[in-house]
Amino acid sequence: MTYAIKVEGVSKEYRIGAQHRPGELLMDQLGGALRHPLQTLRRAFVRDDDQRFWALKDLDFEVQQGDVLGVVGRNGAGKSTLLKILSRITDPTQGRALVRGRMASLLEVGTGFHPELSGRENIFLNATILGMRRREIERKFDEIVAFSGVERFLDTPVKHYSSGMYVRLSFAVAAHVDADILLVDEVLAVGDTQFQKRCLGKMGEVAKGGRTVLFVSHNLTALRNLCTQGLYLEDGRLSLHGPVSDVLGKYTSHGTRTRGAVDLAPSSVPAATSLAVIRRASVQPQADAEVARISTGTPFEIGVTVEVLQPGADIGVFLTCRNEQGDAVFSTGSFFEASLNGLRLASGLHQFRCDVPAPLLNDGEYTLDVFLVHDRKNVLVTETSLLSFRVEAGALNVDGWHWRPVGVIRPDIHWQHAQAIPIGANRCEV
Amino acid sequence: MTAPIASDIHAQLTVIEPRGRLRLLDLREIWSFRELLWMLARRDIKVRYKETVLGALWAILRPTLTMLIFSVVFGRLARLPSDGVPYPVFVFAGLLPWMFFAQAVSSAAASVLGAGSLITRVYFPRLIVPLASVGVALVDLLVALLLLVPLMLWYGIVPGSSLLAVPLMIVVALVVALGVGIAFAAISVVFRDFRHIEPFAVQIWMFATPVIYPASMIPEQWRWLAYLNPVAGVVEGFRACWLGLPLDWTGVAASLWLGMLILIGAVLYFERVERRFADLI
Repeated sequence: MTYAIKVEGVSKEYRIGAQHRPGELLMDQLGGALRHPLQTLRRAFVRDDDQRFWALKDLDFEVQQGDVLGVVGRNGAGKSTLLKILSRITDPTQGRALVRGRMASLLEVGTGFHPELSGRENIFLNATILGMRRREIERKFDEIVAFSGVERFLDTPVKHYSSGMYVRLSFAVAAHVDADILLVDEVLAVGDTQFQKRCLGKMGEVAKGGRTVLFVSHNLTALRNLCTQGLYLEDGRLSLHGPVSDVLGKYTSHGTRTRGAVDLAPSSVPAATSLAVIRRASVQPQADAEVARISTGTPFEIGVTVEVLQPGADIGVFLTCRNEQGDAVFSTGSFFEASLNGLRLASGLHQFRCDVPAPLLNDGEYTLDVFLVHDRKNVLVTETSLLSFRVEAGALNVDGWHWRPVGVIRPDIHWQHAQAIPIGANRCEV
Repeated sequence: MTAPIASDIHAQLTVIEPRGRLRLLDLREIWSFRELLWMLARRDIKVRYKETVLGALWAILRPTLTMLIFSVVFGRLARLPSDGVPYPVFVFAGLLPWMFFAQAVSSAAASVLGAGSLITRVYFPRLIVPLASVGVALVDLLVALLLLVPLMLWYGIVPGSSLLAVPLMIVVALVVALGVGIAFAAISVVFRDFRHIEPFAVQIWMFATPVIYPASMIPEQWRWLAYLNPVAGVVEGFRACWLGLPLDWTGVAASLWLGMLILIGAVLYFERVERRFADLI
């Protein structure tokens, strides 16, 4: 067995704030150079190290040919950075990686699709972008079209496609790239069930075909079923690399206390004019649930400790729970509760608490935005993504269904079955 | 599954490591991505000629309207000289290479930022993006040339054998436009305010170029200064070829050499900042 990917001491450093200030301003640079010529000269040679952080640090591992490697880790652990380095979108800061064979990445489907062009034109464009040769595309064209199921709309501009058709076509192209190594970043949570099944089949085919796959996902069930090996990243470092069951075991036992509680230092207290500040926020399974982790079946509570600085203020807590995509799953405010509406609080510490029933949330990672509201309308304090927590996959594991049920929420839905009366032969079929 | 084709560029061992600050252009790699270059250029051309109602007419209409306005303002009112040629035809023959240059530079400058979704998701030599972006300008130029011939005939000018040099002029203009365009593309990513400066800079640039006036208007001892502008020589040369005016080879040569210098410098700068593109966009 030889390696397909060999990663040697790879590190990636990012500058903090680069997201907020992409690129610099030419005018600033020119102006600065004129005003402070010496400083500018110095800056050109001396690096400021305080504004940097390591997204990946000293990563060392090997992936053997034919391995299906599941990459897990919390948001920001460096999974996407790793895939970006391996797919050569961004360079490592240190170290090197060796990749043997042709690599294709499904980092996001539909790359390079142009809305004005027809489905047919977009297949050629997209496939070329993904590295296919013209002859290769022509050879596989019919297969791609059949897989996507958009035959009838091939000559329609894709801007008229439904989002489902769009995704199906783009996945179909990506799935037909011949590669020795395939990088997949959770693209499979798309489309209708029937199409998902087809994608699943394709993934299985890829995995069995002796090709190497790197699969980044939060979907533990899918990882467990598809992968042979696992890689657990924690804060940019390699935590464990080994059989997938070991890796998932370690990941789930670590995965819960993701900033389940946050204390805000008194130093973060703003100006004296403020009415109240958040001092502590926490998420935890409800006391009567005898587990330390939150799973789809565990009710949990969210607590917020508020320090009221000016007595008599009408202070309320408002929460927005968001999923990984950033969609608000639910919002709730303490003043929605009739008995807490218009409450005048004495100065000092107050504890607000709300119970979130289960089953409600689907498994996945969630973040909480916490707000303090005055008089039910003025937002005093905004803390976005103050808390994050993980809801683990519950008991649902029907034989043959190894995907996370699609959906933002996962309520308990009950089914019934009874013998049906034959549908009237004397009635017209619609 | 099918084994990778032997000729495939990804087939062998790829080493991914930090790139040095100075990286030389890998021409072989660019060549291996020629199909992508072609597809991206074709996409832009198709979209341009598909989505506008006027379609190809737009490529003719834009220089024509500009020519009419300039003829009135600079020809009639300002009475600028035109080397003995009727002013409308004179300015039109100068506008075409200039508009090609300006359009190519503008689209190249915006191209890398515009291709953000590609650059953050797929690997390919980033230089492909500005290279492909000049395709539309080139097609527009060829389409607009279709009007130049009847316009010349209308004013009784019959093109001579100097027409044979036109392809050369287009190549020189392309070299200059690519050089400036690639430089602007890289600067636009690194410095975010540059895309606001760029249109203004290009506009000013036109007046520094003999488009609305002939180079012969500039006193002989200062003409070398005008030819330090790499667009000047080629615009003048392009016009001379069509209208049968005396061709100033010094200007054309200046354009070509300056253009090549700029192109080399631009590619080096582009390659240097390229590795940061995915993090900056």
